[in-house]
Amino acid sequence: MEIRSETFKQNARVALDDAQLQRALGNVEKGFIEKRRKAASKLDEFDDLRNRARDIKDHVLEHLDLYLEAYEDRVTASGGKVHWALDAASARDIITDICHTANARSVTKGKTMISEEIALNDHLEREGFEVVETDLGEYIIQLRKEHPSHIIAPAVHVNKDQVEADFRAHHTHLDPARDLTEPETLLAEARAILRDKFLAADVGITGANFLVAETGTSIIVTNEGNGDLTQILPRVHIVLASIEKIVPTLEDTSQILRVLARSATGQEMSVYTTFSTGPKRPDDPDGPDEYHVILLDNGRSGMLGSEFQDMLRCIRCGACMNHCPVYHSVGGHAYGWVYPGPMGAVLTPSLIGVDKAGHLPNASTFCGRCEEVCPMHIPLPKMMRHWREREFERHLSPATVRFGLGGWAFFAKRPALYHVATRWAMRSLKWLARGKGTLTSAPLAGGWTKHRNLPAPAGKTFQQLWAERQRQSGKDGAAA
Amino acid sequence: MTSARDTVLGSIRKSLKTAPGDALRAGAVDRRLADAEPGLIPTRGQKPPAEQVNLFIEMIEAVNATTERIADAKEIPTRIAAFLRAHNLPQAIAHGADTRLDGLDWTSEPQLERKTGATSGDDLVGMSHALGGAAETGTLVLTSGPDNPTTLNFLPETHIVVVAAEDICGDYETLWARIRAHYGKGEMPRTVNWVTGPSRSADIEQTLLLGAHGPRRLHVIISG
Repeated sequence: MEIRSETFKQNARVALDDAQLQRALGNVEKGFIEKRRKAASKLDEFDDLRNRARDIKDHVLEHLDLYLEAYEDRVTASGGKVHWALDAASARDIITDICHTANARSVTKGKTMISEEIALNDHLEREGFEVVETDLGEYIIQLRKEHPSHIIAPAVHVNKDQVEADFRAHHTHLDPARDLTEPETLLAEARAILRDKFLAADVGITGANFLVAETGTSIIVTNEGNGDLTQILPRVHIVLASIEKIVPTLEDTSQILRVLARSATGQEMSVYTTFSTGPKRPDDPDGPDEYHVILLDNGRSGMLGSEFQDMLRCIRCGACMNHCPVYHSVGGHAYGWVYPGPMGAVLTPSLIGVDKAGHLPNASTFCGRCEEVCPMHIPLPKMMRHWREREFERHLSPATVRFGLGGWAFFAKRPALYHVATRWAMRSLKWLARGKGTLTSAPLAGGWTKHRNLPAPAGKTFQQLWAERQRQSGKDGAAA
Repeated sequence: MTSARDTVLGSIRKSLKTAPGDALRAGAVDRRLADAEPGLIPTRGQKPPAEQVNLFIEMIEAVNATTERIADAKEIPTRIAAFLRAHNLPQAIAHGADTRLDGLDWTSEPQLERKTGATSGDDLVGMSHALGGAAETGTLVLTSGPDNPTTLNFLPETHIVVVAAEDICGDYETLWARIRAHYGKGEMPRTVNWVTGPSRSADIEQTLLLGAHGPRRLHVIISG
């Protein structure tokens, strides 16, 4: 998909003025936060499980080469085939080849963010295949020619009346007078249309939440069952997964599954957790004849051993964006690529470069809620700071930021000068406020005061106030 | 020419500052895969067996499944016929080549049609036999094979699952041990389905709706 992260600021401005979007975003804050809180509080061991989940992935990342080899052996032994893809283009080519070899015409897809990352749909359509997204949210945005705005609720930016209009525009063979005012009728219509697509598909493509090294198993977690119909009905099942999805054993998987759904949707467990190993067996009455796994690197191996390695623990639950005040305000599309919210602010610069995505790690208030709710304890704010540092080092920040920080550094390195300068600044700002509590304008602070008032300082610096307090308590202590 | 496989693995090793043939790392991985140690099991998954059945029922009903408990598997045919009547469904079910179901006496329900094998989507009611249930979340575990075609779990609008009370345990780990004992270490059937309630979606304005692509209705019969 086209990368629009460079224009984050403009994207955000447009998003803030979009009334439909703002209405839809209300559902994120309303829905996800309370559900997660309840689910987490119902399980006494939730926090212990988070620690264990983190440790499992840390262990995997330190031994990733060996686990990938072990995983490949098991897939091959169960009759499947593993394909290695260094980048998006090679992953697309491998998938196209498999589809051509299978003489496929129609391809169904379960929700996979990596397929967005490699822009698979456009590519397959150019190659002449019919591509059908089957997750309800993905289907809606495919009709709208949009991209997901949330990694687990891809159509969270769309309202019901918009879905109705899309269905009327695309399902023209149905009675125009039909009633589509209720979500139930919209769902029933999508179910009926997609059922025919499932049955007609030659190839089904799914992602993977986990790949189990012990057994060569790929796992998908869904609520709709679309991922299952995508993989059991067509002749060929293709799993598209990135290399860090590996977990050692079924037991390790179970530990992480206990925190995944609770963090994502607040469910104790998602409705369908499906463990797929190889193609159908000789005496199986159903299932695919072929089973392929594409292991995609696309920049991830370079994150190992770096200050961004922890990001590879991410299990894509979406909790960070569900709790992010910036995401609540601008939605997912403003981030300009596949991964929005705090996890996107860290991952996107790693995958497409900080030169293209430098605004994203700046779009944070550092409130820390993302790290607080992350089931894998990923230090997201710390990593956003790393990106800000890199952006500064590489002179990618705007001149005002660089000169501003340079000026601050000049004073900070000279404490005596710093104290004099800050005392003078505090006194001046107090004088400017003329007894009021706030400032509506101040020199060099136009970027702030354009949108909100600046609280007026007390006239003294923190260090002055601190020193006064210390002196005061010294006296009190002596008096007692 | 270097293969993509070698390039990816080489890049990982370079980042991790390691080389192939490090016996210490290989030993750690081999041990972990061989031992498959259970991790932390929530206390709610460690109750005595009788309580587990009650917890299983409570959890799966909380996610919109219906359940009934019967004393003996012999009652299954009459219970199914009654369930279909109660929901105005035709007296017809599809199920796998399951000796446990075929071995039951179905003559008491002569009007009930039974079809054996996978479904291509025209059966209204599918019936399966679960390997077991995990009480901690009310999760059914189904394994694919001639006795349990996977299509029956997803295509029919109504899914009836039979599970023996003795096969319900507290946690997932006990069921993995059962699967390993049956298929062998490192081996799996083509599909293991964990099912926790009927299909649902909240993709339209976060409104929860049942019956997205899979069954609208999940009914669990617990026998024994």
